Amino acid sequence: MTATGPATVPVTAALALGDDALVLSHRLGEWAGHAPVLEEEVALANIALDLLGQARILLSLAGDEDELAYLREERAFRNLQLVEQPNGDFAHTIARQLYFSTYQQLLYAELAGGDGPFAPLAAKAVKEVAYHRDHAEQWTLRLGDGTQTSHERMRSACEALWKFTGEMFQPVEGLDADWTRLEAHWQESVTDVLGRATLPLPEGARTGAWSAGAGRQGLHTEPFGRMLAEMQHLHRSHPGASW
Amino acid sequence: MATAAAQRTARTADSAPDTVDTAAYQHAFDAAVAADERIEPRDWMPDAYRATLVRQIAQHAHSEIIGMQPEANWITRAPSLRRKAILMAKVQDEAGHGLYLYSAAETLGTSRDELLDKLHSGRQKYSSIFNYPTLTWADVGAIGWLVDGAAITNQVPLCRCSYGPYARAMVRVCKEESFHQRQGYELLLALSKGTPQQHAMAQDAVDRWWWPSLMMFGPPDDESQHSAQSMEWKIKRHSNDELRQRFVDICVPQAESLGLTLPDPDLRWNEESGHHEFGPIDWTEFWDVLKGNGPCNEQRITQRRRAHTEGAWVREAAAAYAAKHTGGTDGTGEAGHETGAERA
Repeated sequence: MTATGPATVPVTAALALGDDALVLSHRLGEWAGHAPVLEEEVALANIALDLLGQARILLSLAGDEDELAYLREERAFRNLQLVEQPNGDFAHTIARQLYFSTYQQLLYAELAGGDGPFAPLAAKAVKEVAYHRDHAEQWTLRLGDGTQTSHERMRSACEALWKFTGEMFQPVEGLDADWTRLEAHWQESVTDVLGRATLPLPEGARTGAWSAGAGRQGLHTEPFGRMLAEMQHLHRSHPGASW
Repeated sequence: MATAAAQRTARTADSAPDTVDTAAYQHAFDAAVAADERIEPRDWMPDAYRATLVRQIAQHAHSEIIGMQPEANWITRAPSLRRKAILMAKVQDEAGHGLYLYSAAETLGTSRDELLDKLHSGRQKYSSIFNYPTLTWADVGAIGWLVDGAAITNQVPLCRCSYGPYARAMVRVCKEESFHQRQGYELLLALSKGTPQQHAMAQDAVDRWWWPSLMMFGPPDDESQHSAQSMEWKIKRHSNDELRQRFVDICVPQAESLGLTLPDPDLRWNEESGHHEFGPIDWTEFWDVLKGNGPCNEQRITQRRRAHTEGAWVREAAAAYAAKHTGGTDGTGEAGHETGAERA
């Protein structure tokens, strides 16, 4: 399908940012009723809701939010492979959140400071995202510097997701950002948090043959298709219905 | 007022009263309740009053927590982004209600951990309604309209309950619940006025949730063990059957404006009494579900236990971190406290 938004909004960029938020929100929504402590039921749902709010605004800039969320197939989604990764254990969820919210906060701060079409949205969202990052940082510290078990789980989660982090800094058409600088700041920030959490910085490559820029081109990992099948099933079963 | 003064002198929490004092305290307590005053955590109260409140508030808190499951079942399948946002917010509110209610119970000298332990081991119950499955999207609407509607009918009088912390928690809970109830009604209305398939989905959900919702008011008055004492203590203000009747009277016109029917052939308006008469409730089913034989009892408690067990290492990590960095040991969920809970 083709989505055309107002002439001033770069659709590719709106979809990239919107899909990131939509997909990660969905993953966090899967935690409802499964969190390790009640306060985290509240916190994870809160972050999921913030992200869903961002997704709705961004997708609406590119077209009809529900058409875009429910009627595109896997290959038309532009989200990062990082955000579609399954929740895994709590450490995996937190590592994914730390990597992504650090990126999102830096990117939105930069967009908010500019005069591009995403500046107003970014200015509002950057406050939410700062909270998401703080939440992820606080838990990274607690898991990394908690017990031996939690340290090991957090270390393993950070390593497992490391290979998806390079994709975040592939330039996105229509997004006016200094990607090299963003990447340097991201590295610095993540290194600092992991260091304070007594966790080693993962050593592997940050991109692979398949993952560099792949999600942004509609090339996803296997779990993503299943996630979409669940998300879209009901909507697709009732063509043209309103809810 | 004399009763208030008497009650104040009885606020001695720390000193163990002897028998003579107990009689005086009992008298002051009775007088305070009779005068519609609020009992507060540091006030003397009869052991049975305390135990009843712990049981009731804990069961209420557990219901909020278990009640997240049937609705969360549809978060990942919600058919529009707007509905998905509403549902996520609702499930989040329920976790919040659970937190207020555990806090209210803790003012009576128990702890959240202890109460959760009783839930997990089956020594404390939660509302039987959550042992029914959510089979279609319309069930989310039926839960909002009927289950939250019944809960509100039950809970609004609790805003005047004699125990202060519970009454105050209920004020906030009821506000949010009535918001959820309107959203559920609106969801069903959209389905009812939608395609024939959507309408059928809405009717089917109402057909399945109507009777279980009426059971939420508890057994009939002549079989309700705790009712008389709870009413005397002003924990409870109305009888089960009274509240159930009130609920039916509210729902009948709402069902009409939804364009949906209620699955009761005996339902009719009684001009003389000014109430809607309704058919007999299947109390065998009620007791059966209560005893653990409902369609989802096993599933609900297993998921709750699993979340708790699988999250143990996370809570241990938070406690270990807190011990290292603040010298305290009570670090469970600290990160969540600082961030999520405050913003909720």
